[in-house]
Amino acid sequence: MPSDLTRRNLMIGLPASVALAALPHGAWALNTGQAKALVDKVVGEVNTVIASGKSESAMFKDFERIFVRYADVRFIAQSSLGPAGRSASKSDLNAYVKAFQGYISRKYGRRFREFIGGRIEVQEARPLKSFFEVRSVAHLRGQAPFRLDWHVFDKSGKHLFFNIIIEGVNMLAAERTEIGAMLDKRRGDIGALAADLQRAG
Amino acid sequence: MSFFDRRGVAGVSAAILLLTGACSAPEPGAEFNDPHEAHNRAVHEENLAMDRALFGGGKPDKKPLLPQPVANTLGNVADNLGTPSDVINNVLQVRPKPALTNTVRFVVNSTVGILGLFDPATAMGIYADETDFGETLHVWGVREGAYLVVPVAGPTTERDLAGTVVDAIIDPVGALTGPPESYYIGAAKLGGKVADRQRYGDTIDSILYESADSYAQMRLIYLQNRHFELGIEDEADVFDPYEDPYAQ
Repeated sequence: MPSDLTRRNLMIGLPASVALAALPHGAWALNTGQAKALVDKVVGEVNTVIASGKSESAMFKDFERIFVRYADVRFIAQSSLGPAGRSASKSDLNAYVKAFQGYISRKYGRRFREFIGGRIEVQEARPLKSFFEVRSVAHLRGQAPFRLDWHVFDKSGKHLFFNIIIEGVNMLAAERTEIGAMLDKRRGDIGALAADLQRAG
Repeated sequence: MSFFDRRGVAGVSAAILLLTGACSAPEPGAEFNDPHEAHNRAVHEENLAMDRALFGGGKPDKKPLLPQPVANTLGNVADNLGTPSDVINNVLQVRPKPALTNTVRFVVNSTVGILGLFDPATAMGIYADETDFGETLHVWGVREGAYLVVPVAGPTTERDLAGTVVDAIIDPVGALTGPPESYYIGAAKLGGKVADRQRYGDTIDSILYESADSYAQMRLIYLQNRHFELGIEDEADVFDPYEDPYAQ
């Protein structure tokens, strides 16, 4: 496990920077247990909101907050924008990322509404490529349980999820399609895209 | 299987022959195998217009087409009547475990569930393992073919569409019933579709009416979910965040 290796290296007196440089990128601060712990936390908070008995609109606000706190929204925003982000000005890009944050958390916060009356159960985690996949199962009343996977990394330095896969349907892929289509409609104008995203979701 | 009439068998063999030979292969490098995109988009627009008329197009004040309890009951009946067909496909796929589960469900829901009006099997934790002849074809090694959008039913593929046709022929419930029962069964199946459309109303509305390109979203969602159902977990489709050149 990467973290064990880190600890051992630290214990034998290697400077931390040397120890970190020796490890594969992206894996140094995160292990399977920590990835699972993050999803446990997210799911625990979602379940608490569901069980709170608040009004639906109050729940949406809570779901939004959970999304902003535990997802790497900046990464999701830039990845969804794709190559167009390269030629964009810094101010356009920043405005876009900010607008995207509101848009994505409103949109997926609202999707959590389907879990009202049910619960999510976190199962196992495993390393996958350069990150970790945490599997969970959603149990909704009167329905067969369905699978919900979380992809977790620590690229930003914090443990965050960057993708949710609901029965095979991939959030990042869906957002790339969506943002790509929005940008086409606006003839590649990222400023206009940002302005419209503030109202979308 | 005695319910196969001669025409049914001939139809099945013809469909399979056609499929194994005729399923179009994807263009190299293309993200989706969608050579009929222009036509598909036109059908998608017609389907959207129909959906909007029936389900309100995402407007919050739209009354449900059927009261949800009624729709759910029709959905239960339709699901139960579809179970024998699932079992046949489970057998054709040589998957005894889901065949057994689905058989138990059919027995429980037809008896305790009063001819399928209720779904006590799900409440008991015996979940449906739904399948279709499209999946059977996949198990037999038939390629997916091109993505298609058909009137009313919406997204499918060449293989799944052929599967739907074959399912209608090999359905034992259909083979054992005639009018007027067959009309009631058809009505229950439509009711089941309405129930699903209403139950996931918000999410479906947001995909159909809030997407910048609802056609592209539906195509992505249908194909990804279908691959998941078929157990195709392609590692190449797994998105690696450290290989994304645009998110550095």
